[in-house]
This record gives sequence, C-alpha cells and structure tokens, in this order.
Amino acid sequence: MNASLRRNGFAWLLLLPSLLFLLLFTFYPIALTLRLSLFQADLSTPEPVFTGLANYRTMFQDEVFRKVMTNNVLFALGTVPLGIALALLMAVFANKALRGRGFMRSAFFYPTLIPMIAVANIWLFIYTPEYGFMSRLLSWFGVNDINWLGTPGLVMWAMILMIIWKEAGFFMIFYLAGLQNISKELYEAAHVDGVGRFTVFRKITFPLLMPTTLFVSIVALTNAYKLVDHLMIMTRGGPNNSSNLLLYYIYETAFSYWDQGMASALTAVMIAVLLLIAAVQFFGLDRRIHYN
Amino acid sequence: MRKGNVMVMAAALGMSVLAGCGSNTNTNTNTNNNNAAGNGSGTGAGEAAAAPAANGTKTELTYYYPIAVGGPLTATIEAMTADFMKENPDIVVKPVYTGSYADTAVKTQAGVQSKQPPDVAVLQSTELFSLLDMDAIIPLDEFIAQEGGDTYLSDFYPAFMENSQTEGKTYSIPFQRSTIVLYYNKDMFKAAGLDPEKPPATWAEMQEYAVKLAGNGKWGLEIPVTGYAYWMLQTFALQNGNNLMTPDGKKVMFNTPENVEGLQYWVDLAAKHKAMPGGVTDWSTVPSDFLEGKTAMMYHTTGNLTNVKKNASFDFGVSFLPAQKQYGSPTGGGNFYIFKDIDKKKQEAAWKFVKFMTETERAAQWSIDTGYVAVKKSAYETERMKAYAAEFPAALIARDQLEYASAELSTHNNGRIVKILSDSVQAALTNELTPAEALQKAQKDADQALASFNK
Repeated sequence: MNASLRRNGFAWLLLLPSLLFLLLFTFYPIALTLRLSLFQADLSTPEPVFTGLANYRTMFQDEVFRKVMTNNVLFALGTVPLGIALALLMAVFANKALRGRGFMRSAFFYPTLIPMIAVANIWLFIYTPEYGFMSRLLSWFGVNDINWLGTPGLVMWAMILMIIWKEAGFFMIFYLAGLQNISKELYEAAHVDGVGRFTVFRKITFPLLMPTTLFVSIVALTNAYKLVDHLMIMTRGGPNNSSNLLLYYIYETAFSYWDQGMASALTAVMIAVLLLIAAVQFFGLDRRIHYN
Repeated sequence: MRKGNVMVMAAALGMSVLAGCGSNTNTNTNTNNNNAAGNGSGTGAGEAAAAPAANGTKTELTYYYPIAVGGPLTATIEAMTADFMKENPDIVVKPVYTGSYADTAVKTQAGVQSKQPPDVAVLQSTELFSLLDMDAIIPLDEFIAQEGGDTYLSDFYPAFMENSQTEGKTYSIPFQRSTIVLYYNKDMFKAAGLDPEKPPATWAEMQEYAVKLAGNGKWGLEIPVTGYAYWMLQTFALQNGNNLMTPDGKKVMFNTPENVEGLQYWVDLAAKHKAMPGGVTDWSTVPSDFLEGKTAMMYHTTGNLTNVKKNASFDFGVSFLPAQKQYGSPTGGGNFYIFKDIDKKKQEAAWKFVKFMTETERAAQWSIDTGYVAVKKSAYETERMKAYAAEFPAALIARDQLEYASAELSTHNNGRIVKILSDSVQAALTNELTPAEALQKAQKDADQALASFNK
C-alpha cells in the first residue's frame, strides 16, 4: 500500500506540470464554455441571463449553422481520403527514388513549412480570375474567366484543392517513417517467392501501414474542423456562406456579433464533434488494426 | 463575469487575440520607467520630459489605431503623436498599431470587457451602437461645449457627423473618412469612342458605357463585394432615394421597392449585360484589375486615390457615382472615441489629443498624405490644400460628393446586421436568390436580430 502509493505518487509528480496546464488551459475553459453556452450573453444583455438550452435550439434552426455543418462534412470528405492517398503515393515514391531522394522529400514537404497566412495569399493570387495562375493555365483550354472564390459552387473545391496541397506533404512524413519500420525480411521473402509488386503493396505494405493511416486520418479529420485562417484571408466564408466552416463561424459569432452565449454553444458542438472523431478511433477502428 | 467569458472563448478557440491587452499594461509600465529615469534623451517621450511639466506628473494615453489603406501610415501617425507631445509636455501618448478595422475592434472590445480599455482609439464610425451597448465610451458634448459647441462642430462635414451622433449626443470625432467614388480609365474610354471627359452620370448611362467598354477579356465595370457588399448596396439605395436604417440604429429598411430595383440593376450589369464579372469580386483585386487595365471603371473608396495616382500607367478620371433619383454615396472610415473606464484626467488629455489630430492644417496634410477626405471644411481653405487641389483636382471629388452623402450602415448588433445584408447581396449576385427574395430574407433576419433592441 505504502510502496504503491509512493510509486504512483512519483508518477503523479512527473505528470503534474502537464496536468496543471491541461486543467488550466483545456478543461477549465471547456467547463466555463459549456456553462456560458446556457446563457444569453450578447450585446442586448449587459449581464448574461440563464436561458437553458435556448442557444442550442436557435442554433439548429439557424440556416447558416446547417450550411456550415454541411460544408464541413463536404470539406472533410473532400480533403481526408484524397490527401491521405496522395501522401501514401508520395511516400512510396520518395522512399523508392534512387536519385534526388532528399530533394524529392523536401519538395513534397515544403508546403507544410510555409505560414498559413502566406499560403492563403499565394492561393488568393492563384485563384484570381483573368490573370491568376489557374486562369492562365486553363486559358490554354480556352477557359479563363472562372471566378474560383466568387462562385458558390466552386469555392469549396478551390479550398479543398489548396488544403490537399498543403497537407499531403505533412502526412507523407508519417508514411515515410511507417515505411521504414516495415521489416526488410518480408520484402526479401516475397521477392524470393516471386510475388508481384502490386501484390506486395496490397498484402504487405498497405496492411502494415494501417496504424499510420489511422493516425493520419484522425489528424486530417480534426484539421478539417479546425480550418480558419485561410477563410479569413481568402473568402470570409463567402459568397453567401458557401465556404463558411465551423471554426470561422464561431469566430464571427464571438468577435463580430459579440454573441458570447451562442459562440460558446457552437464551441460545445465543435468539442463534441472532435470527441466523437477521437471516440470512433479509440473504440472502433483501433481494435481492427494489426500492429506488429 | 464578462472578462471570464472572453477569456474562455479565446482559450477554447485557441486564439491569441487577448495578447493585445496583456502587453498593453507592460508597455505602460515601461513608458513610466523611461520617463522617471530618462531626462532629455532623443526619443519623443524624452523630448517631452525635457520640458518640465507643471506638477511633475504626466498623463499617459494608450492610443489604438488601425490602418485600412496602403502606404507607410504608421510613420505618419507616430510623427503626429510626437508633435502632439512636443506641444503638450505633460501628456505622453503611446500609439499602438492594431491591424485592420476588424482587428482593432476585437482588441478594443476585448480590452473593454476585461476593464483594460485603451484611452483613445480610432474605430469604424459604425461601431457606435456596439460600443454604447457595451457601455464603453463617453459622450463628448462637454468637451465640445468648451470649444464653442455648435460653432466647433459646424466646421465638420455634416455627412461625416451622422455616424457620430445619436439621441442628441455626439460620441465620436471624424478622422480618416471616405466616400465611394467612380474611377475610370480615360484611354479605354477613347478606344471605345466615348468622351474621356464625360464619365457616366446616370444609371442608364453607366449601363450603356459599361456595355460599350466590355469585351475582349476586359470588363466595363467592377464593383467589389467581399467584405463590403452592404456598403456598395448602400450606393444604389441612396441614389434611388433612401438610406437603409433609422438614425437610432434600431430599424432597417432593406426590403423596399427602390432597393430591389437598385440590387436588380447591379445584378443585371453582370448577368444580363455581361459588362461586369459574375459572382463575387474581391475588394482588393478590383483596384489591381483597374490598374492592369482589366476593367475600364470601378467603384472604390476614395482612400485608394493616392494608390491609383501613384500606380496608374494610363490617364484616369475620378467622378461622382452615377445617379438615379439623385447622387449618393455612403460615407465610410474611422472616428476617434474616448473610453469610459479611465481617469477623468486621462479623458481630458485624450480630448486634447483628438482635437489636435483633427485641427484644420493637420486634417489638410493628413488628407494629402492618405487620400482620405479632410474632415473639416476649413481644411480645404488652407494654402497647402489649395495648392494640392490645383495640381490634382481629383482630390476634391469625394469632398464635393459629400453634399449627397449619408451615414454608413450602422445599427445595434451591427456585426450581424452587416453580415445578414452582405450574405443576401452575395446570394443575389451569384443568382442563388432573386434581388426581391434576397432583400426580403435580409429584412426578416435583420428584424429578428434587432428584436431585442426594440423592446
């Protein structure tokens, strides 16, 4: 009893600094946010008034909120699978490449290193109608007056394309590490047995990379719900909320409408979404994956 | 409680907007130390210290200011505050550059809620009702009375004062103000067989010219949308009769036949007449398009005048926006506000500073440096302004248009109201809704957003 207390006490002591920060900057604010989400706290109420679940009710009747959530699901569906596939492809390529391997890896990884605001400005130019890079490119095919960021049906695709470009290189790094962890003997054995390259990938490489895929997909999925800076620079969620995403909507509600109660309620929804994603990983997919 | 709210959300969002007010206290203490220690060093504060203050203590002011147009304005502002401190050795002003108008509003209001407001700040004139709802600012009538009351105020252009006053009180003093004007490319006018000295004066002419000027991958006209859709809609509303809101900021009139006609006219320029790009055009690409010769005409703030003057490789003209029933443009830009939860002494010092920054000669110079309209009539009587206008007559267009100008959209719950209207205008421009449907929806949503202020 005493010994185990001493041993556990030591462990707790080691955890204490992180725990303290977690409590102070994560759990405490979350608790306060959840509390505030039950109040009407906006410009018309000098002192917040308790209104129970009214903010949540209003939210689910709010057209913009529904649009934002739909956009976010679309955005996740658009960025996550493609981003991961591209990352895997680039990793396999960069791993195999005999010449210029270092160059290849840094070229793929480079977009990750540029600050978000700079990226947004670069892409703002790329998408400019008439003389932007995209328009120049498409003008060879006789199309050049597409207003990528100003057309409701196109703006999400423009965003998705940019984020895939930005994130695939980052995820590639994890796949590269994963590839290097796979035992060489497996490949040698397959070679001796004369197994084809595609079968090797399907039966050995891909299954053994599943833990990485899982990790990357969680990161990608949560990232899809955390995007805000590009919207701020490039579209402000427009036109007519076509590119508005949850975190940007929270920012608008909090710091442009000054509706703190509603912003807290929206934050609570976001926390719930992120927890759900983590829970699916933890209780669902994780058990089906083979770790060696 | 309020402080807690903001902190929680900021932390939960993982944003560092509050960094501004935290560091604010530090800089104050630093200035303090400097003054106590340094006598007559080369800095602005030091020079102020060299002249002994009457009672030895100094009043310190924190001054937040945004920059919304191009150019090295930080240096201009800092030079102006240094001049002020030379003239007022017992006051130390600490200018803090706070980003765009929106950034400045966020920093200021977060400061207000955590009981650490700036002492004086330049914010959009349309923030009036939000600041009042937060109980953040003081009326300036007592100070104005000391300066001669109405005589003092009457030197400011009335169109600029509209956003400063409500219920008989004056809450802010105009500083960096603008209106929307029409810029046009004279070379392209000539090429299209139009008289380069005769810009379109009516909606009908505008449409006719824009159609003539469009073609070959070039546009006749561009009107920016992102961020300012409501502002541009206001031009059509004012030209067709009436503004969009009541002066008390509690009601909006979006859904009128005149406004529907105005929005329809705007939508048709792109959808029907193909004289303007379809969809939503970005605020900052419109001037580049104009300078690149991609569009023959543009609606834009007069704040861009100096930029266009410096960068246009062709002969350009500036004129009033075309009229329907009358000429019209909303005003825009930033005003000085003085904050509530600070010493009386600081408020008095802040008033001195505001008065100094808007003095006639200084207003004239500020206008020349930036392209903003000088806020006082007397500024246009100064020698320097007369000389400048003689050399560059376009500088007077925005001033002359003020006669037909009116308040920018400003209401209670302004952030949401502006967003509601902008979203609807965008929906119309992208053909998701007809102009009538869009404005009907905007009216309904806005009435709901204003309901709690009309009890």
